[in-house]
Amino acid sequence: MLEQHEIALSVKNLNVYYGGFHALDNISLEIPARQITAIIGPSGCGKSTFLRCFNRMNDLVPTARVEGTALFYGQNIYDPKINPVEVRRHIGMVFQKPNPFPKSIYENVAYGARINGYKGDMDELVERSLRAAALWDEVKDNLKKSALALSGGQQQRLCIARAIAVEPQVILMDEPASALDPIATLKIEELMQELKKFYTIVIVTHNMQQAARVSDYTAMMMLSKEGSRAGTVIEFGPTSQIFTKPKDKRTEDYVTGRFG
Amino acid sequence: MNGLFANENGRFAPRLSLRLRFGRVFQFLSLAAVTLGLIMLSVLLIDIILDGYKWLRPEFFTEFPSRFPEKSGLRSALQGSLWMISLTALMAFPVGVGAAIYLEEYASDNWFTRLIEINIANLAGVPSIIYGLLGLGLFVRGLELGRSVLAGSMTMALLVLPIIIVSGREAIRAVPQSVRHASLALGATQWQTIQNHVLPYAMPGILTGTILAMSRAIGETAPLITIGALTYIRFDLKGPLDLFTVLPIQIFNWVSLPKAEFQQLAAAGIIVLLAVLLSLNALAIVLRNKLQIRW
Repeated sequence: MLEQHEIALSVKNLNVYYGGFHALDNISLEIPARQITAIIGPSGCGKSTFLRCFNRMNDLVPTARVEGTALFYGQNIYDPKINPVEVRRHIGMVFQKPNPFPKSIYENVAYGARINGYKGDMDELVERSLRAAALWDEVKDNLKKSALALSGGQQQRLCIARAIAVEPQVILMDEPASALDPIATLKIEELMQELKKFYTIVIVTHNMQQAARVSDYTAMMMLSKEGSRAGTVIEFGPTSQIFTKPKDKRTEDYVTGRFG
Repeated sequence: MNGLFANENGRFAPRLSLRLRFGRVFQFLSLAAVTLGLIMLSVLLIDIILDGYKWLRPEFFTEFPSRFPEKSGLRSALQGSLWMISLTALMAFPVGVGAAIYLEEYASDNWFTRLIEINIANLAGVPSIIYGLLGLGLFVRGLELGRSVLAGSMTMALLVLPIIIVSGREAIRAVPQSVRHASLALGATQWQTIQNHVLPYAMPGILTGTILAMSRAIGETAPLITIGALTYIRFDLKGPLDLFTVLPIQIFNWVSLPKAEFQQLAAAGIIVLLAVLLSLNALAIVLRNKLQIRW
């Protein structure tokens, strides 16, 4: 089934250490382009750490060390010649808690484009990005207003607009709806279905219903072995298969709510 | 004493009235502490204002000091203080903020940076006269700047630098990590993140700390006397290499003169110094409220 899709991201033998602590244990996985891939699993199994490997946000942790390869359309993003700053423009991120800049709505969207030297019409880009994030109609008369005056759900869609304004190929989402109410969550989920036409989306979620609703593929993460604190992907496949006929007993226990 | 409620079963001895009385006693004691401070302050203020208010006339600000009290003024001391505070701010602000940025944003957390941190905190507590001796050796004699306002300002900049660095670091540390992450995740470089997000966000705190450091500098006397700032100056301060005096030195000088009128002049000088200090502090509050971003 994976073969039908182009591969956007591919990790091989990925290990992450924080100082002496082994956080991710030997993950190999291929993430299809323009699909939604959900990463699920119990708390503390390294879902966010795994997600942050794709845009090298783990580099910000001084003691973090990443081993193995992570290919982005064939290019290893951990190649010493590659600067993480460049990676992050192509692989955007939306965080758990909406974190707009304490600036105007317009400035939030325009910022990334400006620092990356966008040469086109900025007003047009801001409008296009806000439309793509399904926020334009709500804010078009208030672009100069502070982004902090928006509701939580609007702020999160603004963060999505901000991420797509730099025209990335991949958007990483770290529990993007966990701080939102059900209606705002629904809007984000609907938005994701629109976005996947153009972008590869990888979403970490605690909410299994959400994973089942929105994703095409699901990666199930779990601590790699008894007594270990290192997480790994124990099963990966089409979402329908993970939720209806998982191969691994642990996945079955988790998705049926027997633990976790 | 038993409670009013029927289910008081005797296994507790609440002693409610005693506990409440204790509360009232401590409330009274803390009120007394505040009142004592306020009374002392008011007595001082009233005493000084009564002594000095009649000397607060235009000539007081436009005349040089003189042997004759009625012809004496703060002209040279005000000029000196303004020159010194401007030069000090000009030197201490960029260096202090730069050091704070380095320590918070760039330096890795190891024994060396921790050693620097501890020493900066210690420097903030070093007696100011030590800075005066350093300034005398380094700037007045070493760099041959003489007893100029520049040498005085450099000494004062050293004195307030630790305060600016410490308050700057606190302001930078208070910037939420999520702001930095948001910027970096868009492909901003570390410097772009600092310049566009961290510094604007931290600026109210940095400015507050800087202005408080400046009000410390404007009231300092010892280091300037140590480097040999003059007390009696009857010419305008024209450049950074000119000799100078400042308000507290002028006040100190008047206080040491026997004539009663000079004591009153000193009181008037104190009123001016207090007014300058209070306006600096007010400016700090206004700036903080103006620039503050509510997250």
